[in-house]
Amino acid sequence: MINRYRSMRLRVVAYAMLVAFALLYLAPFALQIANSFKSDGDASVNGLSLVPHPAKLSAWDQILGISNNGVTDFPRWLFNSALVATLITISSVFLASLAGYALARLEFRGRRLVFGLVIATLAVPGVVLLIPRFLMLKQLGLFNTYPGMILPICVSATGIFMMRQFFLQVPVALEEAARIDGAGVFTTWWRVVLPVVRPGLITLTILSFQGAWNEFAFFQVAVISPKYFTLTTGLANIVGGGLSAGNQYPLKLGASLLTTIPIAVLFFVFQRYLVRGRLEGSLKQ
Amino acid sequence: MTTDPLSDEPAIPNTKGRATPDSSRRRKHRRSPLKRGHNLFGWIFVSPALAILIIFLVIPIILALYISFTNWSGITSPFASAVHFVGLQNYKTIITEPGLGQTNFGTAVRNNFYYVLFVVPLQTALALWLAILVNNKFLKGKSFFRTAFYFPSVTSSIAITTVFIFLFSGAGAVNRVLGLFGITGPNWLYDQNGIITSILASLGLHSAPSWTNFQILGLSLWDWFSGPSLGMCVIIILAIWTTSGTFMLFFLAALQNISEEAEEASEIDGATPWQRFRYVTLPMLRPIVLLVATLGFIGTWQVFDQSFLTGPNNPTMVTPAFLAYQVSFSNFAFGEGAAIAFTLFGLIVVLTLLQRKFVKEDLTK
Repeated sequence: MINRYRSMRLRVVAYAMLVAFALLYLAPFALQIANSFKSDGDASVNGLSLVPHPAKLSAWDQILGISNNGVTDFPRWLFNSALVATLITISSVFLASLAGYALARLEFRGRRLVFGLVIATLAVPGVVLLIPRFLMLKQLGLFNTYPGMILPICVSATGIFMMRQFFLQVPVALEEAARIDGAGVFTTWWRVVLPVVRPGLITLTILSFQGAWNEFAFFQVAVISPKYFTLTTGLANIVGGGLSAGNQYPLKLGASLLTTIPIAVLFFVFQRYLVRGRLEGSLKQ
Repeated sequence: MTTDPLSDEPAIPNTKGRATPDSSRRRKHRRSPLKRGHNLFGWIFVSPALAILIIFLVIPIILALYISFTNWSGITSPFASAVHFVGLQNYKTIITEPGLGQTNFGTAVRNNFYYVLFVVPLQTALALWLAILVNNKFLKGKSFFRTAFYFPSVTSSIAITTVFIFLFSGAGAVNRVLGLFGITGPNWLYDQNGIITSILASLGLHSAPSWTNFQILGLSLWDWFSGPSLGMCVIIILAIWTTSGTFMLFFLAALQNISEEAEEASEIDGATPWQRFRYVTLPMLRPIVLLVATLGFIGTWQVFDQSFLTGPNNPTMVTPAFLAYQVSFSNFAFGEGAAIAFTLFGLIVVLTLLQRKFVKEDLTK
């Protein structure tokens, strides 16, 4: 009896803590949404209130391009984010599954060396690459262009490593059967092996898109014209001062919400793959 | 978990003793028609990715290393005649020679040091705490809570930092909540006083004692021991809030691997929940705690986005990663910026190697 009473009490305490933490984790998003529908003054003074008073759509008019202040161009930045993230995702999934397959299964001369290089580049932190990459873009004449934003990050060592791990889990007998049936290396890869690692491909697709969509530091050094800004660089230059004019909290919060929405949707639809990818990427090294 | 990534290659039947690696490989290829074309297709498959990594990663790093020994301004070509080789001058400017360069670098290292000092233990502890709460087998709505805790970490750091700047603004939500308790909140993001300095001041110690005048990296000991500013505390809270969800997943995966038998056995032995946690669960989680802590140590030295948004208004929120950017792209001293980036790189490499060593040692125990 005493034991049951104690476990009951424990459970109530556990629930109370969980709910408190959940509130702490979700409240910033609730405040972000509510305040994007306020007037500038209301948001600055009544930041804690979840009810806009008066409710204003002026921030959203600017974000959606209905009214224009001549400084921000969110529709274009949204388009840039979508374009760049999509192209980076497609190419990184394709190139990483090619290279990952070769490193997992094809016995070519120099494989150990190539794999060693991939492992070495895994350890290079992105922030250290800002000046080097800017330098290279300048040298190649790709600075302030779309190809310059895409090419340097269109495949990642992490992606190659992850795909290799997925391919290693495929039974060798499957490929051998295909080869005996007369299929070439490319056909075997495309028709037989790739379909088997589909969950891995989805995981890498989600992670690549999330990474490219959220990327900021690299784009900040790769371009200079606002017409090439993505949502992250555009927003950062408004918040950080470059394009700033006053507090404008509703505009900034609305824009940050717009940046969050696609990833949130992706997250809720493909949560299972995201969670798995996080663990695959970091635990198996 | 594979400790050596090079060791798990597919087993190759090797009937005869190996001669030289080269001749055995050639024989192997001739023997197995299934492996025909591996050499050619192997290279075709890796070439595109390899080319990208070499052109946009390996070569740029070598170029930038060269730049860190020059006075390049970022405007002309780095090989133009106006660009001079200056030897170790850029490294001296930030590390050994008294001056603004050294003070700025020292300040950035100090700022980031306190960030690491607070974020790593707190995010590890919070992640473990959340994982244990969510892992409770009697719990309903488990996936809701897991989702809620993990969600912040998938969002854009620029977007989420923007939200935090709003929450911690002068009349923002946080200060409103503090106001409910009769506390007048500070102007968080503009506050530059270290919290330790502030505490000492409230105890009556207002000026630095003379023994703290000793300088390291252009900062006196007094400045080194100032603690993080309130502005930096906002970024620290933000980091703990966003990353604990990711690391919670690591702990959750590990907790699910701990056999229920071990737990039940200890339960029957009459252990209290705390004893069970302390003597059964925690020792089994040790490798993951180590992994999370060391991943944290590496990640926390790379703060850039948050510093980009707040650093220009508050020097106590500038990190070395952002300083390298600022010195290069605002002051056009790319040589000095590259020197900062490579010093940071060196630090991170050392930490990575230490991590590999510790985690590996712990796993082989």
